[in-house]
Amino acid sequence: MSVTALKEAEPQRRPEGAGLTAAPAAKVVRLKTARPPATARLMAAVRWTAVSVLPPVIVTALLLLVWEMLCASPTATLPPPSRIWLEARDLIVDPFFVSGPQDIGLGLRVLVSLQRVAVGFGLAAVVGVLLGALIGQSVWAMRGLDPLFQMLRTVPPLAWLPLALAAFRDSNPSAIFVIFITAIWPIIINTAVGIRNIPQDYRNVAQVLRLNPLEFFWKIMLPSAAPYIFTGLRIGVGLSWLAIVAAEMLTGGVGIGFFIWDAWNSSRLPDIIVALVYIGVVGFVLDRLVAGLAGIVTRGTAAS
Amino acid sequence: MPAYLELSQIGKTFSRGAATTEVLREVTLDIAKGEYISIIGHSGCGKSTLLNIVAGLTTATTGGVILDGREVNSPGPDRAVVFQNHSLLPWLTVYDNVRLAVDKVFSGTRSRAERHAWTLHNLELVQMAHAKDKRPAEVSGGMKQRVGIARALAMEPKVLLLDEPFGALDALTRAHLQDSVMQIHATLGNTILMITHDVDEAVLLSDRIVMMTNGPSAYVGEVLEVDLARPRKRLELVANPTYLKAREAVLKFLHERHRFVEAA
Repeated sequence: MSVTALKEAEPQRRPEGAGLTAAPAAKVVRLKTARPPATARLMAAVRWTAVSVLPPVIVTALLLLVWEMLCASPTATLPPPSRIWLEARDLIVDPFFVSGPQDIGLGLRVLVSLQRVAVGFGLAAVVGVLLGALIGQSVWAMRGLDPLFQMLRTVPPLAWLPLALAAFRDSNPSAIFVIFITAIWPIIINTAVGIRNIPQDYRNVAQVLRLNPLEFFWKIMLPSAAPYIFTGLRIGVGLSWLAIVAAEMLTGGVGIGFFIWDAWNSSRLPDIIVALVYIGVVGFVLDRLVAGLAGIVTRGTAAS
Repeated sequence: MPAYLELSQIGKTFSRGAATTEVLREVTLDIAKGEYISIIGHSGCGKSTLLNIVAGLTTATTGGVILDGREVNSPGPDRAVVFQNHSLLPWLTVYDNVRLAVDKVFSGTRSRAERHAWTLHNLELVQMAHAKDKRPAEVSGGMKQRVGIARALAMEPKVLLLDEPFGALDALTRAHLQDSVMQIHATLGNTILMITHDVDEAVLLSDRIVMMTNGPSAYVGEVLEVDLARPRKRLELVANPTYLKAREAVLKFLHERHRFVEAA
């Protein structure tokens, strides 16, 4: 194995990420200078950082710079990053401060919103999987319910809010209902597709073993349809996060959505921008969480 | 000869709208306890449909199946199937795949420890105990099929139904598995009904070979007794006149009298 050959092979491997870069990087270092493996590992870590952390950091910095330049003039309608930092510093630096009943950190507000999402999305997940299993399994249930679902799922989340307010006569359950009704459709539809795609082989096995419907649901349906179900859950969690912010703007309370509305009413534009960043980060984390969970649960299901 | 498994006048017609296709016509077959029967025929002759009818996965249009004095018309563990593509559940380990069957069939009659021991015993029977904690995706095709056989055996079926069990395997692995099946058959004395399209396999393993004519409306063309003493050894049979004669008879049936017609 020559050094030149390694050099040639190197650039191809570089973009593939941490797991793959680590091994070849270690070899290269040892060949050239015989450094201890600890250093090699450090080198790999540095390289990984350079490959996956630097590009987004550089792009973000550039965007902030452009933004700063565009909004630098005194007539600009939106605040530049520097002004946001000056005016909304407390919100950025300390997410969990409490200075009064309505003056709390954005982290705490996000937690309140997340609580609503947890309840609404949790309900949607359970009901959605059960309904999805029903219409995936029964042709008649599908014929009866599918057109209804296809129609209802196009109703925008906020259109449900007045009805929910009328029915529950309270803002909190109404917000939770909006989450529920927003998140449930992709869960139902994906679960149904997953159930319909259960290979006939597994059904035959279940028949030969004489599994009863409950055993079939737990032992065959859920694991077999898990990849589809998790796709639905992932779309659902994203939609619930979209819906909660909008719903809270109208229902009030201490959620992150109402904070934005409140900030708009008192012309605190920098606060709004900070809140948007919070929402984006939390939405991203939620998506990663569900994706990670899917990875753990569906391990081994994909290959057969 | 008392029939243990009786296929009587089985006919199967598939209808799609106005068009109907008769797949099987009056298939009648008596199988004795402990017998090894192969059903051979060209693809599309309905042999898999026949096996599915015996398994209860498909219902016959006419006729019926009687096993041990009782008519069967729904699937059950007394007729365990080894599927062509193993059909192991990929999210369960090798052990759990077999254990699922054991738990289901013996939940009322055996203790937890007994079921555990029985699961391991069956995995050992097919030499798969070493891989019990692996998932199906982590073992080879032949090993998967071994586990499929272990799962079927673990149900203590009255009849073992093999649906082209070695069809997807390479020749060497297939030979190993055939030897294993012969050994299991010799030890346990199972009644086995096997679908195959491999002439050598049929002659090597079976007591009788049932040759099906081409579909549509396939029927039992001929039944050949394979009069070879057991245990049979693959290498010793290569030049055995009885073996060669049986082989020739099946080949002649398949390629002379009932040649596969592409358009059929």
